[in-house]
Amino acid sequence: MRPRAGQGVVAQVVFYLLAALTVGSSMMVAFSRNIVYSTFSLLGAFMGVVGIYILLAADFVAMVQLLVYVGGILVLTLFAVMLTQGIADVTVSNRAVGVVPSLITVIVAGGVMVFAVFHTPWQQSHEAMTSGPTTYAIGNAFLGEYVLPFEVASLVLLAALIGAIVISRQDRPA
Amino acid sequence: MGGGITLYHFLTLSLILFSLGMYCVLSRRNAIGILMGVELILNSANINYLAFSFYGGHRYDGQIFAIFVIMLAAAEAVIGLAVVLTIYQNFKTIDVDATESLSG
Repeated sequence: MRPRAGQGVVAQVVFYLLAALTVGSSMMVAFSRNIVYSTFSLLGAFMGVVGIYILLAADFVAMVQLLVYVGGILVLTLFAVMLTQGIADVTVSNRAVGVVPSLITVIVAGGVMVFAVFHTPWQQSHEAMTSGPTTYAIGNAFLGEYVLPFEVASLVLLAALIGAIVISRQDRPA
Repeated sequence: MGGGITLYHFLTLSLILFSLGMYCVLSRRNAIGILMGVELILNSANINYLAFSFYGGHRYDGQIFAIFVIMLAAAEAVIGLAVVLTIYQNFKTIDVDATESLSG
């Protein structure tokens, strides 16, 4: 039986570093008063999550996350920020209102989730998951067991593509 | 196991990330800030999927669901940002408190 990833001291140090990067960047995203700082902090959050995925032996998902989130969504968000804010008025561009009700809601929901996490007897396998490349198995599953969701996903992406063009074009018919 | 990283470490990290994303969604008045909070929430859900996939057995279902979530997040971001840009063209602001022409 191979040891689990995450048993060694190095893995623990890596986990805590990645968790600190992720949580710190996410706090910057949630609390910064400048929308541009928030957007760039999102980069740190996404990169930390990529590392967490690799730690969880999900190399393909990690690469997809890197390409789609960092390469796609983040750049798109940055474009939208720059197009809607302008460069001049970014000083207080990320106003937060209703802080106290938001905090109360988050604390209540978080408390429920803490209870759920620590009081559920999670079913855990005692054997280590092999940490080799996962691409082969994922590809087989996509074209075998999950072929219908896979095709529906491509339709969803096509609909999103057309919808985005229709929504955001400048000259709309009367 | 003895002090290694357990499932609970990942669940706790995901919980923190979800709470921050939820706070972001609830308190922001910038529409793009709200979309960023949604991205944080989706990332935390993905960490949960992969952690259960890693600690729960030998199957890849969790990873496949994570890929579907990433795909839907991309579609959501594209449509959401297109809507935000249209709102900006019509209202000259993306403050969600200022765009209330649907309220009765």
